[in-house]
Amino acid sequence: MTINLILFLVLAVIAVATALGMLTSRNAIYSALFLVLNFVTVAVFYLLLGAPFIAMAQITVYAGAIMVLFLFVIMLLGAERLPDSRVLPWQKPLAITLAVVLALESAYLLWTKARPAGNVLPPGDEINTVETLRALGMTLFNDYLLPFEVTSVLLLVAMIGVIVLVRREKGGQKS
Amino acid sequence: MMVSDWSLWLEWLIKSLVVTLGLLTGFAYLTWYERRALARIQARIGPNRAGPQGLLQPIADAVKLIFKEELVPAKADKMLFFWAPVITMIPSLIIAAVIPWGPAIEMFGRVIRLSIADLNVGVLYLMSIASIAVYGIVLAGWSSNNKYAMLGGLRSSAQMISYELALGLSFATSIILANSMRMLDIVEAQRGLWFVVVQPVGAVIFWIATLAEVNRAPFDMPEAEQELTAGYHAEYSGMKFALFFMAEYQKMIVVSAILAVLYFGGYLGPFVDRFPWLGPIYMIIKIILLLFVMIWVRATWPRIRYDRLMAFGWKILLPLSLAIAFITASGILLAEMSGNPLYFWAIPVVSVLAGLFTVAVIYRELRRKAYGRV
Repeated sequence: MTINLILFLVLAVIAVATALGMLTSRNAIYSALFLVLNFVTVAVFYLLLGAPFIAMAQITVYAGAIMVLFLFVIMLLGAERLPDSRVLPWQKPLAITLAVVLALESAYLLWTKARPAGNVLPPGDEINTVETLRALGMTLFNDYLLPFEVTSVLLLVAMIGVIVLVRREKGGQKS
Repeated sequence: MMVSDWSLWLEWLIKSLVVTLGLLTGFAYLTWYERRALARIQARIGPNRAGPQGLLQPIADAVKLIFKEELVPAKADKMLFFWAPVITMIPSLIIAAVIPWGPAIEMFGRVIRLSIADLNVGVLYLMSIASIAVYGIVLAGWSSNNKYAMLGGLRSSAQMISYELALGLSFATSIILANSMRMLDIVEAQRGLWFVVVQPVGAVIFWIATLAEVNRAPFDMPEAEQELTAGYHAEYSGMKFALFFMAEYQKMIVVSAILAVLYFGGYLGPFVDRFPWLGPIYMIIKIILLLFVMIWVRATWPRIRYDRLMAFGWKILLPLSLAIAFITASGILLAEMSGNPLYFWAIPVVSVLAGLFTVAVIYRELRRKAYGRV
């Protein structure tokens, strides 16, 4: 029982608990906050795996920027309280079936693939971050230049689309 | 092994306590400093009754705030209303963990580094904590169940998200110059030449963006009293209000420290190699000077209008900081590739030209708005 395993188990419990909290909370603000906690827990997982850059990026981008925007929209729309949900008759059995399949599949994969390697949790220290960053940048801009640029064009298109959608016509009234 | 482990824990504990208590005391005396300096600028005297030169004023204020009645609005979300000040307070304290206060010193037969955590992703840590800091204010605004508080919270979240981009790019500029994300390496890279000389515009952008991040004048939109009574903390009183107050002033101290580290050479100064304990003293002097600039700005600038604040952040500060990061990176790359240091010195020249061009654009725009023509 190494210290890494204990850390992992505690974090795993927190991650699952916050995910459940997000799903079951009746208040959208609380759901969003549970999701923030979940993201932060995942960031700590990355730290445990020796990837501090990804961990910090996870907090900055997901827990910071994106979830703040979520909160912003929830508050702006005043959609905090969910109405009592109508129960769809086919939803529950389908969800249970899918969940069981997913659990079985991941259990099987963990049992067969992850066990022989043994070293699921590599030691987290002694990693030169600037060197790994440089390697990341080199890979991104040399080997994956085209996908990278296509992604940026995609983001640009989305941005222009949003601007066009919310633009007010000259002299017209904002609907 | 056990012994060294224990002494390591003890060292961390002592360092954390010193930094936390230092920030809390710093907060108390920063309020005094600000009131005295503001009064001086406005040709007043300021608080000078409690103790010599009013030095006991913060203690009197603390006692007053502790004994004030605390009100909770009837329809507030009680849990978040309670936690929001705490959530605001925590980032303003833990962000100080990576700041190096001096070079390593030898004490009690062991080398002690004068920073709590010497992370190799220090700058990214700052960035992630800064992006989390907005939650407290947003939640305070929402949980108060008050229109003005809510508007203040929404404004602050929009403002902080917008200025975070320029902030991140000026972090990146400093990282490019130092070729490291470790705070200690960034300081050591400035031995001989502070980054503010190489990249003055980057330092100014950082300064403006942090003013917006900590909601200081002239960007104190979330608490614009003419429009929003007191903004996000309109419903808060007593110790809970004091926590918001503390968080704001601690953030002021911390961002001044970060600016000192990233652009003003951190703990470096004359004779710091021979007498390492001079490091923290230089650091504190730099922080006090930078804090004075913040107070000076508050005393002299009116609050800018909200739409102009957003326009400034997105249309002016973001493009300028992108240009600055690009200029810095290409200057260093060209100097490395050609071996000609002239390219390195082109960085400050071109950056200042870009900055002046931006100022000219703003001036033109303001004139056009004022007179309806160019």
